Amino acid sequence: MNLANEQSIISYKELEALREEAIFREMEESKLHRYWLTIKRQWPIFVMLIPVLVFFLLFRYRPILELIIGFKSFDANITNNTFESPWIGFYALRELMFGTKEYTVLFWRAFRNTFTISMYGLLFGFPIPIILALLFSEIKSDGFRSITQILTYLPKFISTVVITSLLFLMLRPGQADANIQPGIINGLLVWMGAVPNETNLLGNPAYFRSIFILSDIWEGAGYGSIVYFAAIMAISPTSYEAAKIDGANKLDQIRYVTLPGMAPTLTIMLILRIGGILSVGYEKIILMTENEVHWVLDSADVLSTFILRLGNVYGSSAGLSVPPDLVRAFSTSADLFNSFIAMFLVLGANFISRRVSDTSLF
Amino acid sequence: MKRLDTSEIIFKILAYVLVTLFALATLYPFIYTISASISSKNAMDAGAVVFWPVEPDFLAIKAFFDEPAQGVRLWRSYTNTLFYTFFGTIFSMGVSIFAGYALSKSKLLFKRQIAFFIIFTMWFSAGLMPTYYNYQALLVTNRWGIIYGFGVQAFNIILLRNYFQGISQEIEEAAIVDGANELQLLTSVYIPMSKSAIATVTLFYALSRWNGYFWNRILVANANEHPLQVILRSIVSESGDSETGFDYPYSLRSLAYAAIVLSVIPIIIIYPYLQKYFARGVNVGGVKE
Repeated sequence: MNLANEQSIISYKELEALREEAIFREMEESKLHRYWLTIKRQWPIFVMLIPVLVFFLLFRYRPILELIIGFKSFDANITNNTFESPWIGFYALRELMFGTKEYTVLFWRAFRNTFTISMYGLLFGFPIPIILALLFSEIKSDGFRSITQILTYLPKFISTVVITSLLFLMLRPGQADANIQPGIINGLLVWMGAVPNETNLLGNPAYFRSIFILSDIWEGAGYGSIVYFAAIMAISPTSYEAAKIDGANKLDQIRYVTLPGMAPTLTIMLILRIGGILSVGYEKIILMTENEVHWVLDSADVLSTFILRLGNVYGSSAGLSVPPDLVRAFSTSADLFNSFIAMFLVLGANFISRRVSDTSLF
Repeated sequence: MKRLDTSEIIFKILAYVLVTLFALATLYPFIYTISASISSKNAMDAGAVVFWPVEPDFLAIKAFFDEPAQGVRLWRSYTNTLFYTFFGTIFSMGVSIFAGYALSKSKLLFKRQIAFFIIFTMWFSAGLMPTYYNYQALLVTNRWGIIYGFGVQAFNIILLRNYFQGISQEIEEAAIVDGANELQLLTSVYIPMSKSAIATVTLFYALSRWNGYFWNRILVANANEHPLQVILRSIVSESGDSETGFDYPYSLRSLAYAAIVLSVIPIIIIYPYLQKYFARGVNVGGVKE
């Protein structure tokens, strides 16, 4: 009797909803069932995916979880577990950006240096591979061209340690009283009268950026030209013929045929470059400055090297005076700031490029 | 021969001149390094070595073979680097080939999601410090940690996937009719047909292992497990110390150059044969979704 009453209370609408839900659940189940059948059929493929998924979870995604240490204090004496440490909110980031201590000054110095080095890199490092590709495309003798191309790619395959070792050895200052010769390039510059005798080029903030960017060009311009060279080779020769009939000289041909022809490649490479403006590599800078006096960091310290010093990972963190339990919070906050702006830059460059030229990365 | 106008002739001459200059500028440090490594102490001290070797006596190179003080750590690190390069490349290739193959299957369930999971890491990474803390938390601090904690790159997986996708379906179907399972399909159809892509990716991985420095240095505490690049770095830094009271028969700088020569020789030897694969990797690897 009771039961019948309760049943009659359920309205038609509710009944309908219940039925829909049941049908939906059934559909879901059959969908899951279908998934299960597919997985059963494709199991060898899924087994093959296990290593890569485990690797990416552990070494690419788990670090993202570690980012929360930027908002926590960490004391290894209390707990080694990141997740149990007490929260401090945005304290570290705020302190780093707007504080009054030495580290705030050094943080903004690193930010400025990163930006300056990238801008110079963009200004000089970006056009040179393009020019090199244009020059290569002009050389019609296949033998000569492949030999010079192969030669210029070579430094890309030499380790950063070797390249910075060469810089260190070749730019060494001489010591007249101890009868020590300067490194070969330093000697050449002194002989040319470009720098005073016994100048330590690598240890001098005034020269650091030029050396860094010049060596980057030496290292990467050849390899960087490959992409542009391929783009130039893809341009149909008839376009040049047509331009010539219209009376175009070589410069006109480059301007009206070659450059527009390689515009998509140029755009993509420029986006990548702008996206990387805040990620000046740490390895080369550390290797170049490690043996020098701290003074050179005035123009050499970039965000990544600053973050490493802040985190006490590498090099001296002297003068940073971060409380020990906040070392992780500070360095991770700086890292987060860096990643955030870098992502913003990629998205921004991509957006502008899509608006202007219909070419975009994603 | 088509007629060239003046501007084209000028540009052509300019191209030859500049390309030659650039190639020479690239080559010069290498030649100088070899010359400095084999020249005599007298010549080095007098600053006489500019391009070609002067009074070559090979003493600095020999020191690494004859004197245990110089040789032991270099050759131990050399062995370590061979270990890292060999096993590291096998690990990276194994994971990447399986991943690239699985993702090349058009009917793979959740294909888009899995591809996104991998490609996402090309655009966003947690950053230096979280990565470092993560390696520490997972105890990637020894020989084997360096092998399994590094060297699987999303870019290389996508490169392999794109190549595998280009392989004709009919061949695959024929193999399936013959009763091949997935593993046989991969090893006897896909891998043999993708030799150049696999060579490219193998070289990328091997090279990054051979040249690896930073993570080895900060993660591996045991100096006996340090690779060549770390030891090379110490040898070069030590050559910067004052040379007074130093009475070896070779210049300390020659010793540093000699260490560089010994560490680069394998790359220079294989480079002419393999450079086409290096160059190819740049153009093949476009990410297509």
